[in-house]
Amino acid sequence: MEMQQFYYDNKIVKKFIYATIVFGVVGMLVGLILAIMFLFPNITDGVSWLSFGRLRPLHTNAVIFAFVGNAMFAGTYYSLQRLLKARMFSDFLSNLNFWGWQLIIVAAAVSLPLGYSTSKEYAELEWPIDIAIALIWVAFGINMIGTILKRRERHLYVAIWFYIATFVTVAVLHIFNSLELPISAMKSYSVYAGVQDALVQWWYGHNAVAFFLTTPFLGLMYYFVPKVANRPVYSYRLSIVHFWSLIFLYIWAGPHHLLYTALPTWAQNLGVVFSIMLIAPSWGGMINGLLTLRGVWDKVREEPVLKFFVVAITGYGMATFEGPMLSLKNVNAIAHFTDWIIAHVHVGALAWNGFMSFGIIYWLIPRMAKTTLFSTKLANFHFWIGTLGIILYTLPMYVAGFTQASMWKQFNPDGTLTYGNFLETVTQIMPMYWMRAIGGTLYLTGMLVLVYNIIQTVRAGESIEDELAEAPELQTISAGRVKGEKFHPWLERKPIQLTILATVAILIGGIIQIVPTIMVKSNIPTITSVKPYTPLELQGRDLYIREGCVSCHSQMVRPFRSEVERYGPQGKAGEFVYDHPFLWGSKRTGPDLLRVGGKYNDNWHFNHFWSPQSISAGSIMPGYKWLFDNKAMDVSMTENKMKAMQTLGVPYTDEQIANGQKDLRTQALKIEESLKSDPDFVKSYDDSKKKAEARGEKFVPMNEREIVALIAYIQRLGTDIKVKK
Amino acid sequence: MFEQIKHNMETIAGVEIFPVLSLLIFFSFFVGLAIWVFSYRKEKIEEMSQIPLND
Repeated sequence: MEMQQFYYDNKIVKKFIYATIVFGVVGMLVGLILAIMFLFPNITDGVSWLSFGRLRPLHTNAVIFAFVGNAMFAGTYYSLQRLLKARMFSDFLSNLNFWGWQLIIVAAAVSLPLGYSTSKEYAELEWPIDIAIALIWVAFGINMIGTILKRRERHLYVAIWFYIATFVTVAVLHIFNSLELPISAMKSYSVYAGVQDALVQWWYGHNAVAFFLTTPFLGLMYYFVPKVANRPVYSYRLSIVHFWSLIFLYIWAGPHHLLYTALPTWAQNLGVVFSIMLIAPSWGGMINGLLTLRGVWDKVREEPVLKFFVVAITGYGMATFEGPMLSLKNVNAIAHFTDWIIAHVHVGALAWNGFMSFGIIYWLIPRMAKTTLFSTKLANFHFWIGTLGIILYTLPMYVAGFTQASMWKQFNPDGTLTYGNFLETVTQIMPMYWMRAIGGTLYLTGMLVLVYNIIQTVRAGESIEDELAEAPELQTISAGRVKGEKFHPWLERKPIQLTILATVAILIGGIIQIVPTIMVKSNIPTITSVKPYTPLELQGRDLYIREGCVSCHSQMVRPFRSEVERYGPQGKAGEFVYDHPFLWGSKRTGPDLLRVGGKYNDNWHFNHFWSPQSISAGSIMPGYKWLFDNKAMDVSMTENKMKAMQTLGVPYTDEQIANGQKDLRTQALKIEESLKSDPDFVKSYDDSKKKAEARGEKFVPMNEREIVALIAYIQRLGTDIKVKK
Repeated sequence: MFEQIKHNMETIAGVEIFPVLSLLIFFSFFVGLAIWVFSYRKEKIEEMSQIPLND
């Protein structure tokens, strides 16, 4: 057999690793800033683009798509070429993948702080960026499948199956969850409303965890752990079972994010059952990873890369045990909306994704630069300070979660809530938020140590060049041999068949859950008293979305005595039929807002948005002073917004749309009038008018400012089905 | 617990077929997977698991 010579593309791997490191620092730094904002809520007072609600999606997107995403591409591009004994299919596509992805990240880093957000978690980016993501993702897929087709290795190693499933599923999820109707260059409405939007969002959200943070990293585990330990995976048979059962089951589990909500119960229960079943493949994979080290545990003592891997896989095991437990309705009743979930996701992100990435970086860079790691000691230091950081981050968050849940649910013997003021349950856990910030600082410190260590290693090594390799060309198998072959070789030699089967496996669950909820009308009972938002409320709702209020406030009262007592009647599916997008939220750093309308007067909200601490001492909500700026709110899109809603099925009449601007002004003037009932407001309002005149500025009356729209929206919440006393 | 689940299912027309269908899908999926995996020849399995170490 004639040997063919070719070059592995190491430069693309290098680029992705550098991007991983840069965005890792950025993502973790933003996370730390957010942790500090829990302690000093007004640290960026008055700066809209540095406010908590806008930075929070930046943190999650930076960590998931920029840090973990780039690490995934780096590891995939390195291992794929070697497992297939071929250079990447197209250098152009490799570079398009790299530069396109970085451009998307930059677009996200600019647009999210500016308030361009769909508010759907981990899918916050607006529609033009969504389209770019889809295109770049397809470029990655074509490049991968092209490489597979021109490979020099007959069999597709199991890691590649995980990469294929990642590509296919993320494409499907991203496209269906991002279906939105644009109303301007950077604003759109989800085509789904309320319960349906929630279901599609968490089908996406859960499987973003599954197929962006898990399956590609399992592929990396199946390549890098055997590679570093220099022995084959513990059981290749188990890895096959792991792969198929994992992708077949994972896709069903999404509804466990919506337990006790207005989602139809059958869908909730389906989500629970599959989540429990998921323990089996997840732990199968974890055991397979850890047992690969059988007989070479002594290496773990000397090789920091293996240390990182061991903690990463252990973290994977912990998170995938905890996940199914959290899906049990009785456990979820405690954990949901609390900091327990924050702890859970950080075990996954910091241990599994973070440590896997660090291990891969420490192993690849010296290898590609043909040198040794600058300092093993520093890598060990990174390992220990990182591990300590994970512990100090997660343990306080578990305690905080339990504390919140217990306090929210505590009743006095006379039947009243013991902690009727939500704020008490916040101030109680402040020490935990302090410890979390310290844990995060340690983890980030470790990351900075990595930066130094890698820079020194690269400086000492040779410049990273493409690597010469040789392998014989793949022989075509004669027809006679193909005739008698069994199913296995047929499948694992044929990437296209494998891709199609994997797609079928992931589509079954999605279709069974999503289609009935969207198609069957009886799943969403309508309520006659529920009416579409007024133009001003719609405007306010968009501000609520822009400011990321949903990061800290849920709009979903669960059917528990403690919640009904605290917030009012439970949320019902029919209440959300005009909510494009839904705003149920997933975390209660502050109280639920589903029924907050009418609870306080307009002046209360006015003062509270200006300075929450002036109303509630000790509150950790930041002020929203820019909503009060002497600047008219942009209402030019009102008709377009209403028309878009009409297209999506919201019953606005053409007359209502034509009168949109007028109705908006009438309601805004009414709120301004009601604000004037407070003498303090009148006084400061007159003062600011005089000041503006003195400066020669045009004075914008209160009814034209953003704050009025937000108050209108907040005051509307939950009032449609309120029983009048 | 199962009463709670049953109640939600009763409103779906032809729901009786669902459990049977689910059982069939899952049974055949996992049995098929098991047969596939265990009918591999040992040498083949070893050959494939060596792929990452052969570059």
